[in-house]
Amino acid sequence: MDSRTQLLKHVLSQRIMVLDGAMGTMIQAYKLGEKDYRGARFADFAHDVKGNNDLLTLTQPHLIREIHAKYLKAGADIIETNTFNSTSISMADYSMEHLARELNFAAAKLARGVADEYTEKTPEKPRFVAGVLGPTNRTASIAPNVNDPGFRNITFDQLVAAYTEAVDGLVTGGADLLMIETIFDTLNAKAAIFAVESYFDAHNLRLPLMISGTITDQSGRTLSGQTGEAFWNSVRHARPLSIGLNCALGAQQLRPYVEELAHVADTYVSAHPNAGLPNAMGEYDETPEQTASFIRDWAKQGWINLTGGCCGTTPVHIAAIAQAVAGLPPRRLAA
Amino acid sequence: MTDGILRLSGLEPLNISDDSLFVNVGERTNVTGSRAFARMILSGDYTGAVEVARQQVQNGAQIIDVNMDEAMLDSKAAMVKFLNLIATEPDIARVPVMIDSSKWEVIEAGLKCVQGKPIINSISMKEGEAAFKHHAKLALRYGAAVVVMAFDEQGQADSYERKISICKRAYDILVDEVGFPAEDIVFDPNIFAIATGIDEHNNYATDFIRATAWIKQHLPRAKVSGGVSNISFSFRGNDAVREAIHTAFLYHAIKAGMSMGIVNAGQLGVYEEIPKPLLERVEDVLFNRRPDATERLVEFAESYKAKAKEQVEDLAWRNAPVEERLSHALVRGITTFIVEDTEEARLKVAAAGGRPIQVIEGPLMNGMNVVGDLFGAGKMFLPQVVKSARVMKQAVAHLIPFIEAEKAASGGKSQAKGKIVMATVKGDVHDIGKNIVGVVLQCNNFEVVDLGVMVACDKILAKAREVDANMIGLSGLITPSLEEMAHVAREMQREGFDIPLLIGGATTSRTHTAVKIEPGYDGVTVWVPDASRAVGVCTSLVSNDLRANYIAGVKADYIKVREQHSGKKGQGPRYSIEEARKHKLATDWQRYVPPLPRQLGIQVLRDYPLAQLTSFIDWTPFFQTWELSGRYPAILEDAVVGESARALFRDAQAMLKRLVDERWLGANGVFGLFPANCVEEDDIEIYADEKRERAVMTWHNLRQQMVKPLDKPNLCLADFIAPKESGVRDYIGAFAVTAGIGIERKLAEFDASQDDYNSIMLKALADRLAEAFAEHLHMRVRREFWGYAANEALDNARLIDEQYVGIRPAPGYPACPDHTEKLALFELLHATENAGIVLTDSYAMLPAATVSGFYFSHPQSQYFATGVVDKNQVEDYARRKGWPLAEAQRWLAPILNYRP
Repeated sequence: MDSRTQLLKHVLSQRIMVLDGAMGTMIQAYKLGEKDYRGARFADFAHDVKGNNDLLTLTQPHLIREIHAKYLKAGADIIETNTFNSTSISMADYSMEHLARELNFAAAKLARGVADEYTEKTPEKPRFVAGVLGPTNRTASIAPNVNDPGFRNITFDQLVAAYTEAVDGLVTGGADLLMIETIFDTLNAKAAIFAVESYFDAHNLRLPLMISGTITDQSGRTLSGQTGEAFWNSVRHARPLSIGLNCALGAQQLRPYVEELAHVADTYVSAHPNAGLPNAMGEYDETPEQTASFIRDWAKQGWINLTGGCCGTTPVHIAAIAQAVAGLPPRRLAA
Repeated sequence: MTDGILRLSGLEPLNISDDSLFVNVGERTNVTGSRAFARMILSGDYTGAVEVARQQVQNGAQIIDVNMDEAMLDSKAAMVKFLNLIATEPDIARVPVMIDSSKWEVIEAGLKCVQGKPIINSISMKEGEAAFKHHAKLALRYGAAVVVMAFDEQGQADSYERKISICKRAYDILVDEVGFPAEDIVFDPNIFAIATGIDEHNNYATDFIRATAWIKQHLPRAKVSGGVSNISFSFRGNDAVREAIHTAFLYHAIKAGMSMGIVNAGQLGVYEEIPKPLLERVEDVLFNRRPDATERLVEFAESYKAKAKEQVEDLAWRNAPVEERLSHALVRGITTFIVEDTEEARLKVAAAGGRPIQVIEGPLMNGMNVVGDLFGAGKMFLPQVVKSARVMKQAVAHLIPFIEAEKAASGGKSQAKGKIVMATVKGDVHDIGKNIVGVVLQCNNFEVVDLGVMVACDKILAKAREVDANMIGLSGLITPSLEEMAHVAREMQREGFDIPLLIGGATTSRTHTAVKIEPGYDGVTVWVPDASRAVGVCTSLVSNDLRANYIAGVKADYIKVREQHSGKKGQGPRYSIEEARKHKLATDWQRYVPPLPRQLGIQVLRDYPLAQLTSFIDWTPFFQTWELSGRYPAILEDAVVGESARALFRDAQAMLKRLVDERWLGANGVFGLFPANCVEEDDIEIYADEKRERAVMTWHNLRQQMVKPLDKPNLCLADFIAPKESGVRDYIGAFAVTAGIGIERKLAEFDASQDDYNSIMLKALADRLAEAFAEHLHMRVRREFWGYAANEALDNARLIDEQYVGIRPAPGYPACPDHTEKLALFELLHATENAGIVLTDSYAMLPAATVSGFYFSHPQSQYFATGVVDKNQVEDYARRKGWPLAEAQRWLAPILNYRP
């Protein structure tokens, strides 16, 4: 086992680890325009790129670095790379599929640099980089056209190819672990797992893998219709470092599903909720204290090993969360 | 964790432990086992094939085995197509799949289609260890459990010894060399046909059962399965005997540790209920207990001519009336009977003299609304809704020819109800919801032009022009899309569009639409909460009968939303009261002559005839009182509440008639028209006479303080009255009307008989009559008493829409939120003496069914909300009213923009 993996597992055996918070929310605050997104390199690019947040790793790296640093300063143990959409599939929306590997590599390298800086500052609190594999904007088990329920606009093999490219960028860029997150459709996640496992096998290495699904509403199911436990059964073969939930719901709404996972999973459990549900204006207004108090409750119940924030959370939320779980014991794995 | 549980999943988990009850694997979706299924697949009848799967799950299959191994078939393509199809059927997809093929490439293609954890059926050492290991490794990577056949390089294991030695060898390779989880291994030690007449076959049943027991004992955590139907192969055609054999065999195999099996779930009985003579003969064969066992069973079977059990599906719902059946089919997503049910509904409607379209507008839309409600309540999830849409589509497809024929007969041309251009806005890629809306609209005969995702505003508008769209629908999920939608609205305004703009998507809301989007566009903007509402909205917007009413309702609603919203928050830049006054409504008083009332002073209207008021009733708030939402009269035909609304309306009309005829209530009114001028910028002095020296009332008002766009004034009601210093003679009116005189007597009667329904009804009607009185009197004032609109001729709908000149704001409402001004108003009108209305200590009016207020004639007078007020305005207000600051803060508490 790689020494950083050992270190990570050691910390997990000791305490609840803290992930960072939202990247998109932070980027939004900068109110960037088309020009900012393009930077010098893509000034003459033929398509609009505003909204392509992952591209900022290349065009405004200081800004992404600044956001990572804010989260590390707030107390995050693990920061997530700015690669939520960095697959050739999602990048096709911006005609930038050719950048997929570069985006992953650059994002991992950038995060690695900031994380190392902070590890140096506080060696007793080592910082880790999770390479993020997002859900892509297509679903392998949901038909895009109800009149043709047998048709899919993406195949398992296409997903595997796209994820393999992303994994290569993340691993060579220096990620300590990988995180398949915001899983709407478990079949997409299974393709990501397939890519990750095949990559590890071919390169004779193994990094810890976090898997985090998304319960889309109070029906308690993923977008593709699975219950939390069905989702766990579907991905358990990856023998992940952790299984968890993120996005779509706030901590308050997510509570029963975190509890469900904590009861069925024989691995570490993670949860990084949104800052509540969006209000009528589409803004998240749950205060850091509120979010932290919900998460503290989970920790007290002994349900979690890793936590952090998703949409709407800020460094202030992460600082509050880190403080709220400090000193509380992590969830114990059954022997 | 080594709890030995086999964890499978479809949409739901299926955990199989040693304590679990026997798990039925459905066998009918197998082309090698079911000729009917094979025929369907070969002929491309996938709808029928999917029904077979559904029926199996309904019959209790907990896993379904899917096998497409047929020489005439592209097995791989058939496997993919069928698995993709059942993945979209939640009542099938909830169970795990067993991907069954003798060809690895077919299995692998299947593994790429299932999101749950499936079982592969099967892998074996038939082609040697290397292939076996390779397949096992891939199975692990795809996340599948495996059935391992007792099969090796020499062939299929047919004896007890061969069975156990092959299983042991396979187990060791899987667990020790591949690292395969032992709990994910399911052995199939081969079930072969018994009672074949060949002596070597006589031990097949016992060998299987013994091997099962051995595996459970020696190969920890592994499970045992088998294809049960094989065993009774000799008795094909005699289902009763086959059922008995299966039942008895399973009874013993389960006791030995068999945890699952491929069975025809409809062909299993209860062991204890097998007739004794039959059971004895069956078990003789199973256990090879006597040499003539087979002959005895065959002989008995001949005579045992029990009728084969009918395949029974739970079809109780088929007995319901056709409307309910349609609703059931929509909610459950069942297409089986949809065409015949739709036809029945059409005939029923036709028999009643109706039109085919009414089947859609009535029962089908009712069903879709139920779907929408269940979806909204989290009781249904996305795939089911999509399925429901499909059922809808089939029903509509059946109706289209009839609708066309009707149009042709009436000489009309066939065309869509309307054309909508839809897009997910620039910067956003989420389109699932938009696609659903598109489907549902198409089902309802709308033409949908879908531009896809990340569509720039200019492209949307250009397309809308090009296709001459009737409306535009925008969707988006992420927060920045909200601003983009507002941008599109502003661009539509700039480019002179007037077609409706529909807003949808998870982060959108009524408030956001009303506050941020709608104000930018003069055409109507409607927020559509979910797909099921889209049809209602679009239908209203393209219907000549409904459109005006609907748009007016939406606009009125959004104004209220904005008022509530602005009342809630004083965020954003603010003016001081002095600055706000600089932005008052500018009227050039030297060029404007306020209309002179025909008669100044007070007039009293006692015992006003109720019969003159009933036609002025605005019924929409009446339904709101009863928590039925929707605009009158459309609400009476509303798919969801229409029935309740109609019943309620009938009762209301009946009571209204009686209360008028029997004079249950008395109506009194008083109004006055007075000289008036604005003083101190925000107050209105009301004078006793044209000398304008003695003020009989000074009406203090508040002014909006939010920073507004340059062309929008910071309004105060005083802006609608000429300032004193202008020298212009202006006028104001005041009124108080009630329709609640004597209501206590009748209420006491209802209350005595504990008749809450009629008690509430009467109060609600009295309220409506008071409002109708206010409307009616306002009209008479404009036309007769003040007379500035003598030729006005508006029907009630237009009166309700406030299409006349002038307003009648009431103290306590958003434009003049201080309730205490009612005291001066009542003194001005002597309302208590003249009309029998009193004010309570908290300035509520009695009877409750009372309306009071002021009349303004200024052509630019309008309703608005003052919004919250800042401290410097409150201080100034207190000074003008002669109140201590604390008193002012007390009465203005709900609108203070600060903590006193």
